[in-house]
Amino acid sequence: MSEAFKPKIVAFLCNWCSYTASDLAGTARIKYSPQVRILRVMCSGRVDPAFVLKAFALGADGVMIAGCHPGDCHYIEQNYKTIRRHAMLRYFLEQMGIEPERLRLVWASAAEGQYLAESIDSFVADVQKLGALNWSANWEEDGQREEMLAEIVREHAAVMEVQP
Amino acid sequence: MISDETLRIGVYVCHCGSNIAGMVDVEKLATFAEGLPHVVLARHYKYMCSDPGQELVKKDIATFDLNRIVVAACSPNLHEPTFRRAAEAAGLNRFLVQMANIREQVSWVTADKDEALEKAQAHLAAAIRRVAGHEPLQREFVRITPRAMVVGGGIAGIQAALTLADAGKEVILVERQPSIGGHMAMFDKTFPTMDCAACILTPKMTAVKLHPNIKMLTCSDVQSVEGSVGSYKVKVRRRPRYIDENMCVGCMQCIDGCVFTKPKFPNPFDQGLGLRKPVWIPFPQAVPPVPVVDPEVCLQLSRGKCKQTCVEACGERNAFRFDQQETIEEYEVGAIVVATGFQAFDPSVIPYYGYGTYPNVYTSLEVERLLNAGGPTSGKLVLRDGSTPKRVGIIHCVGSRDANFHAYCSRVCCMYALKLAHLVREKTEAEVYNCYIDIRTPGKGFEEFYNRVQNEGVQFIRGKVADITPVAGQGTAADGGLVMQVDDTLLGTIRKINVDMVILAVALEAQADTADVRRTFGISCSTEGFFLEKHPKLAPVNTANDGVLIAGACQGAKDIPDTVAQADAAAAKALVLIDSGQIELEPNTAWIKEDMCSGCMTCISLCPYKAISHDADRKIAVIDAALCKGCGTCVAACPSGAAKQHLFADEQINEELEGLMNYV
Repeated sequence: MSEAFKPKIVAFLCNWCSYTASDLAGTARIKYSPQVRILRVMCSGRVDPAFVLKAFALGADGVMIAGCHPGDCHYIEQNYKTIRRHAMLRYFLEQMGIEPERLRLVWASAAEGQYLAESIDSFVADVQKLGALNWSANWEEDGQREEMLAEIVREHAAVMEVQP
Repeated sequence: MISDETLRIGVYVCHCGSNIAGMVDVEKLATFAEGLPHVVLARHYKYMCSDPGQELVKKDIATFDLNRIVVAACSPNLHEPTFRRAAEAAGLNRFLVQMANIREQVSWVTADKDEALEKAQAHLAAAIRRVAGHEPLQREFVRITPRAMVVGGGIAGIQAALTLADAGKEVILVERQPSIGGHMAMFDKTFPTMDCAACILTPKMTAVKLHPNIKMLTCSDVQSVEGSVGSYKVKVRRRPRYIDENMCVGCMQCIDGCVFTKPKFPNPFDQGLGLRKPVWIPFPQAVPPVPVVDPEVCLQLSRGKCKQTCVEACGERNAFRFDQQETIEEYEVGAIVVATGFQAFDPSVIPYYGYGTYPNVYTSLEVERLLNAGGPTSGKLVLRDGSTPKRVGIIHCVGSRDANFHAYCSRVCCMYALKLAHLVREKTEAEVYNCYIDIRTPGKGFEEFYNRVQNEGVQFIRGKVADITPVAGQGTAADGGLVMQVDDTLLGTIRKINVDMVILAVALEAQADTADVRRTFGISCSTEGFFLEKHPKLAPVNTANDGVLIAGACQGAKDIPDTVAQADAAAAKALVLIDSGQIELEPNTAWIKEDMCSGCMTCISLCPYKAISHDADRKIAVIDAALCKGCGTCVAACPSGAAKQHLFADEQINEELEGLMNYV
């Protein structure tokens, strides 16, 4: 990938901490990568895994979910559910042939405008290194699609304790 | 895409002067919007939030029969209510409005004009596609409990409680210590007027005690806060005092009567410089004027065996209660003022100042107690050996303006260091050397006070103190003499100054348990550790939690006049809430589309507010809208898509995603 590659990235920001942090970054005129488009939700717990998959399906090269720090959730504990979904999504993305590094979870409090801007920049840089999301190529490059599918079945069988 | 022939969307792009227009080509942005589906018109205007800007929206709604409005401007946190009101005034349901944030999230954070336009187009397209899926909603209100709680009984809490109580509101004042008064009660004089702290504080403390509308809870702290604005349920933990406040008359005869004939234990109120007995009172004017028993050292409470001469001394007043237990009391309040104050920076972490190693290196708070007539030396400034200091060094900015400790300026240290210099001169006629980085005296009468102290002969050395060492050849450090090595930047030389006392003007920092307190009240902290206000300029006493207000040094280092002003502001904001009787809520609650719900109960365990229950007869989940806070976690988890959220429906978010990704 050439250096000119500009990834498309969607960021889901929770209303109370990270969206406020993005407002603060603005008020403080902290410049960060414009490749990130922002979508506001009330809580990171509102981020349905289907939204993340839809973002990739629509052509996003990376997806960021940002919420309040663990223990600081405006809704008491809903960001813990985000942690679980993030872990599930990474596992799922990998199985689907999408690098799990294309999904990032960030905690940014309402005071951390600078930190949020830095996190966005570092995520954009990392996605730039990965290059554009080229889903079908990810399957074909290693030429082991059949084997990968079989591996998924075996893994599930092991987890579910059944015969494949 | 939501396709509906009846959709008529009006789009308004704000210049915000040059704040947006200086970076984003607003004309191109409006033209871009005009090309999007269902957009009837797209305008750009200098200040959309101004009256003419709002009039534009209202007139267009009437003229062009618009039924959806999108405003591309600042953060919705600022002006969403403005445009919702404008739409409503023109007869449109206020929830058919959506904002695209192109200022905080685009023009202010982007350096390149082409990229800024591209990002603004994505945000605007997203808002336009989203608003197509909006539905008219009812406004929702909750009742406010007409009672307030003030947490912290320092000058901030005292002032806020008195203002609220004087306005006729019931106030619960919670204080962790045995007496209200806070740090201000420890001081001798206050700058720059040099009025005696006790003379101006104690009448207020007494007023709190006597006020019929104030219920004062000392030796108490807030254990938990449930509920939300208008109706908080606060659990207060009341630690035992072992003396019944209602029976005690404040005669203090129990202290004289204690089996310990001499005070033996360090007095925390005197910063450990003075001694106290197991039954003690922090200072003579304490409110309530009731002693407290320290269960750690009281023989009866720690060993279960004592002659109980204190009880004898109390006699028929019969106030002792050795069987008192910790209790939990619950209060329902509509608003909470958090005024939990600061703590002084502990300079023992700075090795080169020798605090804790050299006995005659003091913190400013310790010296306040030494200078105070009610303090351990009855107001005499003396060294550890009882002699009067002859040469005193005062070091400014200890822990402040220092990248290793606190980067911020503590705002009050320059002034209190000048005050201490003045008092030291007045009481001992010692030579005083103030070593400062910069002198900061921005306040009414502050610069004049600085001039006065200069004229009194205090020596000012501009430079940081690098080291404090004992005088060579004088044996151990305990012998007294100290050498202060300072880089005098005005003379351009390193100076070594012999002193026998060093006073460290320590920083004000957030209380050690701030992280726990902030979680209890559901508020945030700024990076330096103090509580975070909702807006630094326009909502300085509000927090992200609507019914929780902050006042005093818990919000940031500040002096007494600023603290009092802020306390009154917080009280006024609490009054606004209480007197309005009700508060509007965002109607972004979750609901169940009943014919889609399979009754799997996935959502029920996810709700922290117990708002979802299972209707066993109909085998479906039921959401109590009054309990739902609108986080949407259940909506994201519902496997059949039966759980929905107003204002954040799946369809709306999916449309927003399409807009973000597809148009640019």
